[in-house]
Amino acid sequence: MRAASREDRRPDALAALASVRPALRIVAEAERLAAFEMDAYIQRRATPMAAALPDSEAQVVAIVRALARLGVPIVSRGAGTGISGGATPRPDGVMLVLTRMRRIVAVDAAARLAVVEPGVPNAQVTEAAAPAGLYFAPDPSSQVVSSIGGNIAENAGGVHCLKYGLTVHNVVALRAVDGDGDLLEVGGAALDAPGYDLLALLHGSEGNLGVITQATLRLLPRPESTETLLAAFATVKAGAEAVGAIIGAGVIPAAIEMMDRVVIDACERFMALGLPKAEALLLVEVDGGAEETAETRARVEAILAGCGVTEVRVAKDEAERANLWKSRKGAFAALATVMPDYYTMDGTIPRRALAEALEEIYALGREYGLVIGNVFHAGDGNMHPCIFYDSAKPGELERSEELGGRILERCIEHGGTITGEHGVGIEKLRQMCLQFRPGEIAAFHDVKRAFDPADVLNPGKAVPSLKRCAEWGGMHVRDGRLPRPDIPRF
Amino acid sequence: MADDFITELAGRIRDHASRKAPVRIRGGGTKDFLGGSLAGEPLDVSGHAGIVAYEPRELVLVVRAGTRLADIHRALSAEGQALAFEPPAFGEAATIGGTVACNLSGPRRPYAGAVRDFVLGARIVNGKGEDLSFGGRVIKNVAGYDVSRLMAGALGTLGVLTEISFKVLPRPPEEATLAFEMDEAAMVESVNRWAGQPLPLSATAWEAGVLRVRLSGAASAVAAARRKLGGTEVADGASYWEALREHRLPFFEPGRPLWRLSVAQTAAPLGLAHPQLVEWGGGLRWVVGALGAAQAREAAGKAGGHATLFRGGERAAGVFHPLAPAIAKIHRRLKEAFDPAGILNPGRMDNF
Repeated sequence: MRAASREDRRPDALAALASVRPALRIVAEAERLAAFEMDAYIQRRATPMAAALPDSEAQVVAIVRALARLGVPIVSRGAGTGISGGATPRPDGVMLVLTRMRRIVAVDAAARLAVVEPGVPNAQVTEAAAPAGLYFAPDPSSQVVSSIGGNIAENAGGVHCLKYGLTVHNVVALRAVDGDGDLLEVGGAALDAPGYDLLALLHGSEGNLGVITQATLRLLPRPESTETLLAAFATVKAGAEAVGAIIGAGVIPAAIEMMDRVVIDACERFMALGLPKAEALLLVEVDGGAEETAETRARVEAILAGCGVTEVRVAKDEAERANLWKSRKGAFAALATVMPDYYTMDGTIPRRALAEALEEIYALGREYGLVIGNVFHAGDGNMHPCIFYDSAKPGELERSEELGGRILERCIEHGGTITGEHGVGIEKLRQMCLQFRPGEIAAFHDVKRAFDPADVLNPGKAVPSLKRCAEWGGMHVRDGRLPRPDIPRF
Repeated sequence: MADDFITELAGRIRDHASRKAPVRIRGGGTKDFLGGSLAGEPLDVSGHAGIVAYEPRELVLVVRAGTRLADIHRALSAEGQALAFEPPAFGEAATIGGTVACNLSGPRRPYAGAVRDFVLGARIVNGKGEDLSFGGRVIKNVAGYDVSRLMAGALGTLGVLTEISFKVLPRPPEEATLAFEMDEAAMVESVNRWAGQPLPLSATAWEAGVLRVRLSGAASAVAAARRKLGGTEVADGASYWEALREHRLPFFEPGRPLWRLSVAQTAAPLGLAHPQLVEWGGGLRWVVGALGAAQAREAAGKAGGHATLFRGGERAAGVFHPLAPAIAKIHRRLKEAFDPAGILNPGRMDNF
């Protein structure tokens, strides 16, 4: 039980951190702690007791052991780019900031593996691997900044997941410190490991099951050839249907991204790219052997022509490719110019429901009087509705959050999920109670206890307590089946 | 019907749990040879079969766990799609549930991914008789811990699989097999060098001085790779890979103990005196003969991996590679949480 108040326990926590050897960089002054008061989920902030910035795995082990003994919560943080509040501090906890552990330990070109510390920014892995003709496939849009440890904790995606998988498909081994302060070595250089797949379990566990101290990443050879097309559509529905038509024809593009009118207009105002006038744009990328890529591109063009495309632009060279990607990559910056604030959602739905779900999202926007723009991974059915609001207007933030929740509920109803790649954090705890029944929520807590019996690693994040689900009144009845009566409820 | 099966199954598991009476989960019974001891009353799940949902455009297949692999292959083939992990069946009656529980992936594994890489969701009945669903039917999903992938390779020790959803992929339009004469060290170097280049590799196998390489993909990509790699084209390539996958090659002749050493792909030749067949781009080394457990584990450990006594042999020392203490601790706690009465396939994963 954590009965003692923050003030009671802070001196003990600071003393515990000070006892770590080799000596540790500790931030304890309120003004300097402001740097860690929130991640990119800017709706919530708090000042932690202190922040610990280890340089080594041995220090991480010592920190976890020392704080676990006191029962002081530990919130791990990488670059702080997470947008679901996974790294939002707790006033009664210590931030474990892993940005100083940013060594690329080894790049083994022959084995196509990179061994890195958790604080290494995603994009630096590819930079280090490039001389060998290799790259690290997961490419979340935050990749210049976001750290590998955070990518793993969130099981980050990116724009190339349909063909190249999520982070979990591209990591072969991890070293992580569990809630007991024990070092877990999971996975390995071999293609599988004995026992349960703890490697899969740690991916997307949002800092709840272990603090990642090292990762071995799978590197892939750069495709020989890549081609990119931009396709314009007069309706969102036509664009959404083209996505299904391409995949249904047996083509697995490296990426299919979609942007709607709100986003197109914002990009045009912000970057003046000369984008086609359209209600929806699809950015389609295909890769492979040189001849193969040209053939696939031609097939995609033919499929698009049958889907009522109004204009297709094909990049002729690298510069033109980069130019076509500019709108997608700069979209979120462009959106920041639409309104003072926006809130990005992250639900996944079956692709067939894309057109319908987009219509529903626009209708919800009208109902709440808020503008919504959509720029997202259409090939994966992973939607990112951006809800615009003005936090200076009373009640507008709350309205945007309520609208976001309604959108996530629609995703569940379409047979999808409340989060495709951003994580649950604190943002989507409430919707977890809708997506899962008490039995599953209880099983998640069982998994958590297996790694962290004292509940010191990021407590209160990622999985709601059954008690809170009951308070929210959101317990879910699926397929008309009542939740299991034998489960001790609350 | 199907839900009746699950309701009945859950009741049966609760009954067994209350009596602490173990069950031995059984689909087609084609993998009885695999893993630790078979204990408990047989629990036949093969009747819980059938495709629940399959929409080729979604690249998603949802099946009941007792569905035969052969039926899945047929349904996917009709739409030009496949399970990319190319699972071995080891018998006509093989089910998808057994395939997932045993985490069995075939020759394509290093280039396409393993069973667990394609699992999107799993519905299970745990050892408390609770009907639970994890993951889902979409390709990107990070809500809740990834319990569905955890089921892959758990050998039924954490729950009885009842329904599984998979990502499926288009079948490659063209395949070709090339053969090269080379020794083991040259093979390890070559297959790893090629894997670092943008080539449509989909399988490798080396045995007795001959390396076979399969290429899969667009006709133009396969043709270009063939020109680049050289070698001799093998006419009956497809039947070779099928025989390898199903362990029907003479190398796998029954009666001899078969060790499976999963090691770093770049590991140097193991230097064991027993015959070897190496697939998975150097990562999977099958060894036949009376190899001691200590010797097999030491050899695999030095090569960055682990050893499993896959078939036959002296099994008293356990069939799986022992786990590090901290990892074993997590296993014990997971087992205790999912199956507190210890009734699900006890001993199948050695201690779990």
